[in-house]
Amino acid sequence: MYKINVKEKLADKIFLMVVEAPRVARSCEPGQFVIVKMDEKGERIPLTICDYNRATGEVTIVFQIVGASTERMARLNAGDYFSDFVGPLGRASELVEESAESLKNKKILFVAGGVGTAPVYPQVKWLHEQGVAADVVVGAKTKDMLILQEEMEKVAGNLYVATDDGSFGFKGLVTEVVKELVENKGKTYDVCIAIGPMIMMKFVTILTKQLNIPTVVSLNPIMVDGTGMCGACRVTVGGEVKFACVDGPEFDGHLVNFDEAMKRQQMYKTEEGRAILKLREGDTHHGGCGHCGGDK
Amino acid sequence: MDVLKRVPISEQPADVRNKNFEEVCLGYTKEEAMEEASRCINCKNAQCVKGCPVSIDIPGFVEQVKNGNMEEAFRIIGESSALPAVCGRVCPQESQCEGKCIRGIKGEPVSIGKLERFVADYARENKVAVSMPEHKNGKKVAVIGSGPAGLTCAGDLAKLGYDVTIFEALHEAGGVLVYGIPEFRLPKETVVKSEIENVKALGVKIETNVIIGKSITIDQLMEEEGFAAVFIGSGAGLPKFMGIPGENANGVFSANEFLTRNNLMKAFLEDYDTPISKGKKVAVIGGGNVAMDAARTALRLGAETHIVYRRSEEELPARVEEVHHAKEEGVIFDLLTNPTEILVNEDGWVKGMKCVKMELGEPDESGRRRPQVIEGSEFELELDTVIMALGTAPNPLISSTTKGLDINKWKCIVAEEETGATTKPGVFAGGDAVTGAATVILAMGAGKAAAKGIHEYLQNKQ
Ligand SMILES: Cc1cc2nc3c(=O)[nH]c(=O)nc-3n(C[C@H](O)[C@H](O)[C@H](O)COP(=O)(O)OP(=O)(O)OC[C@H]3O[C@@H](n4cnc5c(N)ncnc54)[C@H](O)[C@@H]3O)c2cc1C
Ligand SMILES: Cc1cc2nc3c(=O)[nH]c(=O)nc-3n(C[C@H](O)[C@H](O)[C@H](O)COP(=O)(O)OP(=O)(O)OC[C@H]3O[C@@H](n4cnc5c(N)ncnc54)[C@H](O)[C@@H]3O)c2cc1C
Ligand code: SF4
Ligand code: SF4
Ligand code: FES
Repeated sequence: MYKINVKEKLADKIFLMVVEAPRVARSCEPGQFVIVKMDEKGERIPLTICDYNRATGEVTIVFQIVGASTERMARLNAGDYFSDFVGPLGRASELVEESAESLKNKKILFVAGGVGTAPVYPQVKWLHEQGVAADVVVGAKTKDMLILQEEMEKVAGNLYVATDDGSFGFKGLVTEVVKELVENKGKTYDVCIAIGPMIMMKFVTILTKQLNIPTVVSLNPIMVDGTGMCGACRVTVGGEVKFACVDGPEFDGHLVNFDEAMKRQQMYKTEEGRAILKLREGDTHHGGCGHCGGDK
Repeated sequence: MDVLKRVPISEQPADVRNKNFEEVCLGYTKEEAMEEASRCINCKNAQCVKGCPVSIDIPGFVEQVKNGNMEEAFRIIGESSALPAVCGRVCPQESQCEGKCIRGIKGEPVSIGKLERFVADYARENKVAVSMPEHKNGKKVAVIGSGPAGLTCAGDLAKLGYDVTIFEALHEAGGVLVYGIPEFRLPKETVVKSEIENVKALGVKIETNVIIGKSITIDQLMEEEGFAAVFIGSGAGLPKFMGIPGENANGVFSANEFLTRNNLMKAFLEDYDTPISKGKKVAVIGGGNVAMDAARTALRLGAETHIVYRRSEEELPARVEEVHHAKEEGVIFDLLTNPTEILVNEDGWVKGMKCVKMELGEPDESGRRRPQVIEGSEFELELDTVIMALGTAPNPLISSTTKGLDINKWKCIVAEEETGATTKPGVFAGGDAVTGAATVILAMGAGKAAAKGIHEYLQNKQ
């Protein structure tokens, strides 16, 4: 059993939990993920590791309610337990492997969408601690959906915020911000790391391809075991089939077949999950819910 | 009674069981078991024992069954096998013990598997206790994986007095016995769980949710956590795909995914959260036990189900009993048929499969006649689900994170058959991780051999 030590509501439908999982905390690195299971009847839910503390043996996760299981998970409170919490899974971010020297000479851009801000934050923080200031673009539906805004401010070189409705920062999509920065503000970047909904990552990679910026994305296909055993998580990268749970989750964004990945992600979407997605994304809904055909 | 014939065993009728997940075979009653046991002529130089990979004293235990001494029969089996309730159900007996039985020459062989199963079930129901280790030697051994290989190795080491911890990647112990083989062949709660409890009763600790190579490495186990030796029984879990167009469409699954969702995650039960795509018309590609299990599962979930296999019935690698059961239940066999492409609709879902007809040519290296395509025989099957059951390979997670552990060209861990010793001192391996996908009883045999190997190694090290 894995105890939930802290639960915090970060925004409407977005929650942070700090969980006691000493083995995971001891060996995880940024970019990796865990699989949690609430109880006997629960499913195995993959979630990115957002932070960890090796000394206290704690791991932080941030999740958003999108369907039945995440809804149920949001009802757990500090003091409750997950029956299972396994990890770290997947490979660590390549950034972690690089020397501080080579990182210092790099201009790094992060693009985070929605709950994807949570896994971006520790990476930016880690770079900050190495003396590297990265630019960060954060996108959210509305001001209320923005998470970790103050924390990010403290560790990012420059922070640019975009909301779909203009209730905070720039009104529009993260891709418009990136375009503006590079084409009109004279910014250059050696690498871009984009984490967020598949649809956002797809459009970011289309843009960065035009702008010639190598781009890393973190894929979140459907998973079961997370150890390479089931093949549910297969994605096509550069024409080759990869298992995201062991070969990823981070991949070269310019090689990912996003259309296939988005279709596969919808395979088990519940009616409820699809309805929420459509409702939440409203007019900006680009499809990807597998339901409305908006992505075609 | 006709001594040439077996005492018939009761089964759920085919058209009832193909709609539920309860066990197909209902097992012998005590009287039936005693009667079947009386068919054994207690051979001096028993051939059946030679057919059993762990050399169970078959005439010995069958004799006790005949006399109604079930506890004694259980004790005899227990000397050689840790998982009799499992093996009695899933061993390919026709090519092992029963395949060699002298009774089989003129008539039907003694139902050794069914008797073994009866004894194990009897022992469980009547709570016959397992014998406890007498002393502890304080030495720690780590076992990776809780499948048949790991459970057997751990049980044997505990009996020798070792302090054993099993590390399992999944949230439940049992390996293929829980995630792969379905409930209707091997009941989880009654059979598998209680066999695992027996191993725990010997003092073995099981830590689930630990992935060796990710959560912790073998080197760390030995250097930081004080394990004097390690046994790797991590199985062969990586699924293979065909590499044909359309394979990433929605509705194409590996048998591992399909079976794991259904067995481990219990997707067939309403109140479990994990979803499964049921399908209306399903094709399972392959002809082994895994293919039969996937097909019979899809059938029970309500689909019209086809087995698509490129050779003929004779070459089907699955156990005869399973093929027979699958047919009775209504699985359709499309033999000498090979898929060439999966057809996909505009939403990304499977809508059919292009296939070619095959014929058998000259025998290949394995002695099986090589299937070849019949020119101009292409046709299409209309389907919504395709399940790939093409075999599995060992997962490289462990070998790629352990210094000095050699693997062969099939990615299998190199280990001595006699002792399980790998190329890394103190590290032993066995089961599917070494041989590639094989059988429960061979994995158990390897676990046993390695327990002996580890014991000798640790004694000599002193
Ligand atoms: C490597 C990885 C990291 C992730 N990190 C995070 C994170 O940090 N925070 C977060 O909020 N979410 C994250 N997700 C997504 C999260 O796992 C899903 O939101 C969750 O499984 C949805 O379950 P549900 O039952 O609430 O939704 P439903 O819509 O009811 O889900 C139905 C089914 O679809 C599958 N599914 C639905 N959406 C996704 C998805 N986006 N990814 C994978 N499977 C999905 C689930 O397995 C479920 O069985 C991650 C996914 C992966 C693979
Ligand atoms: C669907 C199906 C049907 C079958 N039917 C039959 C049958 O009828 N008769 C028969 O004799 N055989 C059958 N087999 C084959 C038989 O089940 C296997 O040969 C046997 O289970 C192998 O045992 P094992 O202990 O080597 O590995 P497994 O049973 O595969 O167990 C390995 C365990 O190790 C764990 N593991 C893997 N990697 C790690 C890691 N890095 N860290 C921690 N844990 C890890 C896995 O999660 C798993 O629990 C079938 C197999 C399948 C898939
Ligand atoms: S373990 Fe298998 S091969 Fe050996 S006697 Fe039992 S059923 Fe036969
Ligand atoms: S070969 Fe058959 S008859 Fe002879 S001892 Fe074995 S089971 Fe009995
Ligand atoms: S999640 Fe099963 S192979 Fe990746």
